[in-house]
Amino acid sequence: MTDPAVALEINDLHKSYGSLEVLKGISLTANVGDVISILGSSGSGKSTFLRCLNLLESPSAGSIGFSGEELKLKVGKDGALQAADQKQLERMRASIGFVFQNFNLWPHLTVIENIMEAPVHVLKQDKATARKKAEEYLEKVGLLDKSDSYPNQLSGGQQQRIAIARALAMEPKVLLFDEPTSALDPELVGEVLNVMRDLAAEGRTMLIVTHEMRFAREVSSQIVFLHQGQVEEQGTPDKVFDNPDSDRCRTFLSSHF
Amino acid sequence: MDLQGFGHLLISGAWITIQLAVCSLFVGLLFGIIGASAKLSSSKIANTLGNGYTLFVRGMPELLLVLTIYFGSSAVLMAIASLFGYDEYIELSPFVAGVTALSIAFGAYATEVFRSAMMEIPKGQREAAVALGMTRFQTFRRIVLPQVWRLALPGLGNLFLVLLKDTALVSVIGLNELMRQTAVAVGNTKEPFTFYFAAAMVYLLMTSISMAGLYLLERRANRGYQGARA
Repeated sequence: MTDPAVALEINDLHKSYGSLEVLKGISLTANVGDVISILGSSGSGKSTFLRCLNLLESPSAGSIGFSGEELKLKVGKDGALQAADQKQLERMRASIGFVFQNFNLWPHLTVIENIMEAPVHVLKQDKATARKKAEEYLEKVGLLDKSDSYPNQLSGGQQQRIAIARALAMEPKVLLFDEPTSALDPELVGEVLNVMRDLAAEGRTMLIVTHEMRFAREVSSQIVFLHQGQVEEQGTPDKVFDNPDSDRCRTFLSSHF
Repeated sequence: MDLQGFGHLLISGAWITIQLAVCSLFVGLLFGIIGASAKLSSSKIANTLGNGYTLFVRGMPELLLVLTIYFGSSAVLMAIASLFGYDEYIELSPFVAGVTALSIAFGAYATEVFRSAMMEIPKGQREAAVALGMTRFQTFRRIVLPQVWRLALPGLGNLFLVLLKDTALVSVIGLNELMRQTAVAVGNTKEPFTFYFAAAMVYLLMTSISMAGLYLLERRANRGYQGARA
């Protein structure tokens, strides 16, 4: 896989917890600029799949390629795969942005410090450069006036927008969103989706695990529907939403609109 | 403070006490962080070592620890030196032996304080750091430790007060700290109440200053929590 148009290439990814197999061989290719939404009921493995991509969870088998480079894996003591080359993993993680359901901002740092932390300590940017960039991204998510606040002083929607700015500050090639609006009060969902909509319009490569069906349909170039750890349906939004091959997918979608 | 010419003796003793307490605090904090990391490690060997450390040290009177280290270390050091063909008498200075004993004791209790604080840091805090490409050490040093620090401060402050007073135990191995200097003054003047009372006041002063310092540290560490930005 040296095709420069391919951002992310996952082959036959498996994941088991003990005897319970939650991912049963998932393959997915994301081209540069793709916005892929991953749908499915809870327990379908969609979050686990996303967390396997940067090894927050250890897959049991499969391969992960990122920007023409294959992540080197080895079998660990517990039988699951782990990075064979920690430096390579850290380098890849630095260019894969990850946005969590619970934001996971660091409460002991101010907003601007949260955003500057990784650019300064991972990318070794000098503080002035990192601050300038952080301010740019804060402005992009509409929260420049909050740069000296602490995360706990902000609403969930604001925290999630800052978490997105924190991911963007690393200038990642791919952004992964793990149910970014699921922990939010309904009235705060819109502001986060608006930011994500802008990112999609900029042509960023994104994988989004979400329950926001309308949003998924609107921004995605591709929809993947997972069921019990397998890809049950895959295609363009129009195809998957209007004319799915799978009955399960049809039932799921009709119950979510 | 004159106290029949013995005031300076008490002051010099108090200075040694402060040095002893502060040195033991820093070494002890290090032991505590290492101990807690060992107890929470996925390695069975590290777990066993960590558990053994807290089991033995917390099960032993501090006085015994001071005596064991002072007299035991000299035997151990000489045995090691003789392996290299060096046969002179060696012993740790009472100060070094005192710091060693007190920091081992402080570290064992601090291990438990750090351990419970580390367990309270949500997993997502570490995940956010490693997902941005931070190394395990950076994650621990920059993300976990500052938050652990905040949770551990009240418990550590308590332990420091105990440590400050436990320094008196080191008088038994002949270190001229506050307690021993006081005893010397009592022996010379035959005025036990005056000098023991003076010493008590000095300990009280030191603990009061420590508590004030702790209050400031806690206030600083709590910035950003519950919107309480003092």
